[in-house]
Amino acid sequence: MSSTTATPARRTGRGGRSLGLVAWLAGIVFFLPIAWMVLTSFHSEADAATNPPSFAAPLTLDGYREFFGAAGGASPWPALINSTVASLASTLFVLVLALPAAYALSIRPVKKWTDVLFFFLSTKMLPAVAGLLPLYLFAKNAGMLDNIWLLVVLYTSMNLPIAVWMMQSFLAEVPVAVIEAARVDGAPLPVILARVVAPIALPGIAATSLICFIFSWNELLFARVLTGVVAETAPVFLTGFITSQGLFLAKVCAASLVVSLPVLAAGFAAQDKLVQGLSLGAVK
Amino acid sequence: MTATTTAPPAAASAPALRRPPARLRAWATRAPLLPALVFMIVVTQLPFVATLVISFFDWNALYPKARRFTWFDNYQQVLTDADLRHSVWVTVLLTASVVIASLVLGLALALLLDRKFKGRGVVRTLLIAPFLVVPVAAALLWKHVLYNPEYGLLNGLLHYVGGPQPDWVSNTPLLAVEASLVWQWTPFMMLILLAGLQSRDQQQIEAARVDGASDWQIFRHLTLPHLRRYLELGALLGSIYIVQNFDAVFTLTSGGLGTANLPYTVYQSFYQAHENGLASAAGVLVVIGSIIIATFALRVVSSLFREEVSR
Repeated sequence: MSSTTATPARRTGRGGRSLGLVAWLAGIVFFLPIAWMVLTSFHSEADAATNPPSFAAPLTLDGYREFFGAAGGASPWPALINSTVASLASTLFVLVLALPAAYALSIRPVKKWTDVLFFFLSTKMLPAVAGLLPLYLFAKNAGMLDNIWLLVVLYTSMNLPIAVWMMQSFLAEVPVAVIEAARVDGAPLPVILARVVAPIALPGIAATSLICFIFSWNELLFARVLTGVVAETAPVFLTGFITSQGLFLAKVCAASLVVSLPVLAAGFAAQDKLVQGLSLGAVK
Repeated sequence: MTATTTAPPAAASAPALRRPPARLRAWATRAPLLPALVFMIVVTQLPFVATLVISFFDWNALYPKARRFTWFDNYQQVLTDADLRHSVWVTVLLTASVVIASLVLGLALALLLDRKFKGRGVVRTLLIAPFLVVPVAAALLWKHVLYNPEYGLLNGLLHYVGGPQPDWVSNTPLLAVEASLVWQWTPFMMLILLAGLQSRDQQQIEAARVDGASDWQIFRHLTLPHLRRYLELGALLGSIYIVQNFDAVFTLTSGGLGTANLPYTVYQSFYQAHENGLASAAGVLVVIGSIIIATFALRVVSSLFREEVSR
């Protein structure tokens, strides 16, 4: 579906060029808040909080220094590390659980496999708030509150349905005939998996992992309710800025950018796979 | 769990050596599926059952001894409470307006990006960016950097044209939340619809053009019917996520000024008011609402799915 390969040259008729301009304008309007956030993050607090906005104010790293605790505020490092651990660990667990499941559902389809797929999808439609209270009570009684591993388990369950769906559609692209041929030639299953299945499915598996990582990184509700001081994640750390009264505009911008950076990088790197994944493989 | 995940190799090579009974083979085929299935049931279904049970109790966490079974009292209270009813309405309004607005905008942008022009790749990247900002960060950006009445960018730009300097969040709180969400979700809709546009049958379009069809006729009779499935997909995925929105409401208004949606209300009633029973009843109602959307949604997905299988 990549836009670069797609449509054959469309005649750029009368309106062609001006529509291109409209597209550019739309792109700039949508990007403006982010561009402004980047610029503000490099301004001093005094220059950040002016009306009319100061475009040409001198640049400084003060906002970033403040964010990383230069002025004695809370350091964001524990939260950033918690987010990294929770996102990476849950993505790993998702892969361990989803790969065999997707394999069973695609390459060697089990009976009633569509029903199973729909069960996975239906859990995605169960709102998080529906189980929040029992999870909180359970965590409290089990002494698991403010524990990053509880988040890992919950993030795994949050992403597993999407991962099963995505990988099912990626694995389904492996031609069965090729697998059968390898099997007839006497290749054992591990070899078939490594030589035949993996090369075709790997890009899809990578995209799946990316999406799981992004969703875990972004999650706020569970983290907000189930963590406190020790296991606080980056989005929870950001909520500390909710009531900040303008004085820390540069710091807010620096914080928002630093926390968004992994997602921005990952998302730009895999734009096409991202859509395909988010639409559960339905859009190719 | 590792024990079951290593099952497939053994199971697959087994039939060649000695044929195990059919029932055993059937289980071997299912085995790789079981860890994921069991995990999902334990982590998502059990808590929901617990929520369902708690929703029948009058249970304030601050007075645990006063806990008692009250049948549907909580539901009655949720449905008759003006604030809670309002949050149901807010949820519907927020979801519908954000999904529709971002779909329409996304369609317009996808149609623009489907044409060839200089720097199309750059524009596409610029447009995707809002979707890739962490939701809390995006909400903070809108709250402090754009909406701030004194030095926010919106009023800063209005200053140049001598416009008014409104306090956006206080004057139009729900619209403020909606605008930030439309900004985040339009790129997603655009990407799905762009994929749809680029999977059109170009020959068919060329043929229609040769036959003298106008751009509008081609859009109306070829493009739009083809896009229908993609519009439905975008609408349902958007709905699933926006019905559950917590980050934007929590960050921008903290549910104040009449912007509390159901997820925020549930969060508040147990996290701040400690009303476990009420919160659970509200949570169950969110689920019922979601099931209504989901039944429709699943039908759409399964129609997409059937086409893929028959391909």
